[in-house]
Amino acid sequence: MARNTLRTLIGATLLAAAGLAQADEQKTVAITQIVEHPALDAVYQGVRDELAEEGYKDGENLRIMHESAQGNAAIASQIARKFVGESPDVIVAIATPSAQTMAAAARNTPVIFSAVTDPVGAKLVQSLEKPGANITGVTDMLPIERHIDLLERLVPDAKTIGTVYNPGEANAVALVELLEERLEARGLTLAKAAATKTSEVLGAARSLVGKADAIYLTTDNTVISAAEAVVSVGERAKIPVFAADTATVSRGAVAALGFDYYDHGRQTGGMVVKVLNGANPGEMPVESVDTLNLFVNPEAAERMGITLSEDVLNDAQEIVKSGQ
Amino acid sequence: MLSDIALYGAIETGLIYGLVAFGIYISFRVLDFPDLTVDGSFPLGAAVAAMLIIAGWNPWLATGAAILAGMAAGAVTAILNVKLNILNLLASILTMIALYSVNLRIMGRPNVALLTEETVLTPWYDLPLAYHQVPVLLFVLVVLVSLVLLWRFMKSETGLAMRATGANARMARAQGIATGGMIILGVALSNGLVGLAGALFAQSQGAADVTMGVGVIVIGLASLIGGEAVITPNTVIKALIACVVGAIVYRLAIAFALNAEFLGLQSQDLNLITAVLVTLAIVLPGVRTSIAARFTRNKA
Repeated sequence: MARNTLRTLIGATLLAAAGLAQADEQKTVAITQIVEHPALDAVYQGVRDELAEEGYKDGENLRIMHESAQGNAAIASQIARKFVGESPDVIVAIATPSAQTMAAAARNTPVIFSAVTDPVGAKLVQSLEKPGANITGVTDMLPIERHIDLLERLVPDAKTIGTVYNPGEANAVALVELLEERLEARGLTLAKAAATKTSEVLGAARSLVGKADAIYLTTDNTVISAAEAVVSVGERAKIPVFAADTATVSRGAVAALGFDYYDHGRQTGGMVVKVLNGANPGEMPVESVDTLNLFVNPEAAERMGITLSEDVLNDAQEIVKSGQ
Repeated sequence: MLSDIALYGAIETGLIYGLVAFGIYISFRVLDFPDLTVDGSFPLGAAVAAMLIIAGWNPWLATGAAILAGMAAGAVTAILNVKLNILNLLASILTMIALYSVNLRIMGRPNVALLTEETVLTPWYDLPLAYHQVPVLLFVLVVLVSLVLLWRFMKSETGLAMRATGANARMARAQGIATGGMIILGVALSNGLVGLAGALFAQSQGAADVTMGVGVIVIGLASLIGGEAVITPNTVIKALIACVVGAIVYRLAIAFALNAEFLGLQSQDLNLITAVLVTLAIVLPGVRTSIAARFTRNKA
């Protein structure tokens, strides 16, 4: 086994020395994700599709390995070791825990992370502009300011914004803290309700009735899994529910100015391609979400007691109905 | 086939879970106390160690504090049971869910990164060993020391009293053993070991995460039972060795499953494989004894 590694190393050095970028040689991309989840699965699909479009086709000139740790930290660690052991050309780590485990295991292999909200706080990179080591990627930090703009535009009278979040989810906590700070800067208040698992989301949403004039949901995995519970409370109590991700609009939220995790995956795939073509991850700045789309659901708005104006409908990239 | 790095990675994780299996051996086997606190005391150890390391503590002192924190958690479970007469399983579930909030309070956020901090592993990387071999060496030493200390403890007067408490509490009380105190000490010791495992895991993984305790009890039990299937635990030392062997075998099985593309297995099948392995490990020794029993009866 050691001999194989040595052989690969010698081979790689020789190739690099000769300056040969052989297009017909098979490259390997290993993708690890912490858990099966619609958003994270969409990222994976996006990476695959982007690679294929850029001419790296799985099974032809590219080998894609994909593992999920099913939410288990010890398995995530073993997946990381497995990938590092096979020394692929690029490792893609989806979500914060997978990315950290990968960062601890991979010393030299290039790692591109995806769906990580706070890469600096998670100590994955030294700074967003100059990651430094062998790791860079795409952050899914929400454009909170633009979301608040949307809230103010659609519910101008709202003074208190409610949100349901899981205090155990790193991404969600970071977002809620940011949301609170930005709302206060505009003279609005945030009412928080905690739900540590999906079964607690309904109760948490009910606790916002009477306090919140509108409800805004971040990309909290726990809460989004039970978004219907929040929507049902919003409909009964006539509190409009907004989301940060567009998929929740077809599940009954009024509107979202969001990005698609599939596009997020495509963007990640773009970075993978750059590394496959020889770029150094340490010198590639961390990218953030680039495309935003406004999704609105006029029926849901009506059920929650607000009317969407004509120009909002005109601005929307997509007008959806519940259940679409 | 398994690469070197994957192999060492499996052994490293196995050694850490060997410490968990020690803890579960004390609660489930020695004391006959089904204790689920470990799902909370594992991330508790990680959280305490991570926060203290970030605060600038020596990583070994931080790890020691994690052991104490784990022991405190175990003591709470045992006191709920012994002093307040709450059913042992329920007492441990109460502590476990309470620890979720406690862990969040300790860390102040769900995930604390240690990637750039000095850990117990840092000085060892200066050794002329490959990057992936270093944690294995250190954890082998930690597990050996724990094993010897535990073995000696189990043979001491207190250890014997603890074993008597688990074997037959009424008889132990008749012999003048304070069984309540033994249960508190034993469950605390058990969770101290799990806290140690959590602290080491966080340091080798580069982060403490509030969700990292999920399923620790199941994996620990699987390791314990698997080990007992390989090594008959008829003495304390054999039982302790079985814990470590079981934990490493379990991790190797997972490493092979991750590499078993040829069998059509994928990582999402691991939970099923775990369940099948544990079931086999429980059932097979029973089948063996019942066959043996049939033969002896025929002879008689």
